[in-house]
Amino acid sequence: MKLRLSSPSALVDLNFIPDSSYIRRSNGTIHFGAMTRHADIENSEIASRVPILHDCAAGIADSQVRNRGTIGGSVAEADPSGDWGPVLLTLDTEVHVIGPSSSRTIGLPEFFLDAYTTALAPGELVKEISVNAPPKNTAGAYVAFKRCAPVYASASAAVSLTVEDGACSAARILLGCVGLTAIRASEAEAALIGKQLTAKTIETAAEAAMAAADPQSDMRGSTEYKRALVRVLVKRAIHIAARRARGEHVEAGHEYVGRI
Amino acid sequence: MSEGFDLVPVQIRVNGTLYERTIEPRVLLVDFIREELDLTGTHIGCDTTYCGACTVLMNGANVKSCTVFAVQAHGSEITTIEGLARDGKLHPVQEAFAANHGLQCGYCTPGLIMSTVYLLSKRQKPTDQEIRKGIAGNTCRCTGYQNIFKAIRAAAAADDNG
Repeated sequence: MKLRLSSPSALVDLNFIPDSSYIRRSNGTIHFGAMTRHADIENSEIASRVPILHDCAAGIADSQVRNRGTIGGSVAEADPSGDWGPVLLTLDTEVHVIGPSSSRTIGLPEFFLDAYTTALAPGELVKEISVNAPPKNTAGAYVAFKRCAPVYASASAAVSLTVEDGACSAARILLGCVGLTAIRASEAEAALIGKQLTAKTIETAAEAAMAAADPQSDMRGSTEYKRALVRVLVKRAIHIAARRARGEHVEAGHEYVGRI
Repeated sequence: MSEGFDLVPVQIRVNGTLYERTIEPRVLLVDFIREELDLTGTHIGCDTTYCGACTVLMNGANVKSCTVFAVQAHGSEITTIEGLARDGKLHPVQEAFAANHGLQCGYCTPGLIMSTVYLLSKRQKPTDQEIRKGIAGNTCRCTGYQNIFKAIRAAAAADDNG
């Protein structure tokens, strides 16, 4: 609003709505109240059992922003450079929405329509985000590269892999910051499925992801630079997800000068 | 006052004192602190949630007060740099910044100190990596951060972090 990107005639602060911030687990589903802060997710025992959620929550902007920003706000804003979009799209995620007279549930892929545009109708609010914890042998990783902590990433990659007997049996690869919405790199996924995760297979997938990216040149980097970043980040995220799927503990998240 | 805005009553506890004011809803918390309460230790640097000069504690958590409306802090407890010293004695983090020359021009210092106080409230003995992450939302254009690091390490090593 300070940058005059939007000038709403009225603002309603959701912070005072009781019971809108919570993290609960029931039958393999994790429920986040819309007003749950990134910092709460970063420090949540429940969320940390799905490492890609921790990767994302722990690296969004800086501690001041993580103490105020919420998962519901991030999803509802649908910023092309938002972190939660690509991460939650690697999981089975639903958005629970409440309106003046009814409520409904929208799958996250159907919720994001375009940059800053969601399936929310006038008068509707995001009430809860629910995520199915991944099955056995499945793990994800989120790697985002940014110039410094408080800024949006230049590019990001969110990957979920199922690894059985060394071979990849399922994959989701989402790219952030390089399109109007998070981009699902289906050809990159296809390059992995049914294959052993060798360096060559991973390179093929990364190159397919690079081709799927549609970045714009801006102050965060040129088109070519962002494409090159995508290739590296996808490879890194695949390696980490594969190790996690085998049960290893691996750190991942946002990378920036000073943190690395 | 702008047309069309009703004034809103707020109660905000700042450094232990409860303040009741009637303000425009668009007033930012940092402006409320500086202009209404005349507590000018909290600085405005970028005004866009980047630099962290305006960092204060809101119910114990560090936040950028340029990106909180004062009305959102209704019912909250705010701590600013002025609220750290006790009985004329500087807070251990303030002492550590002074002793280690953790500042040059001093503009970013109140924000850095508030983020450090928050970090040490969560992690009594942070690793270097945790210190970097803890102050990643605070920009200093003078020091190169080396002495700020030294100051934070020294504050963490002190017995009483306050």
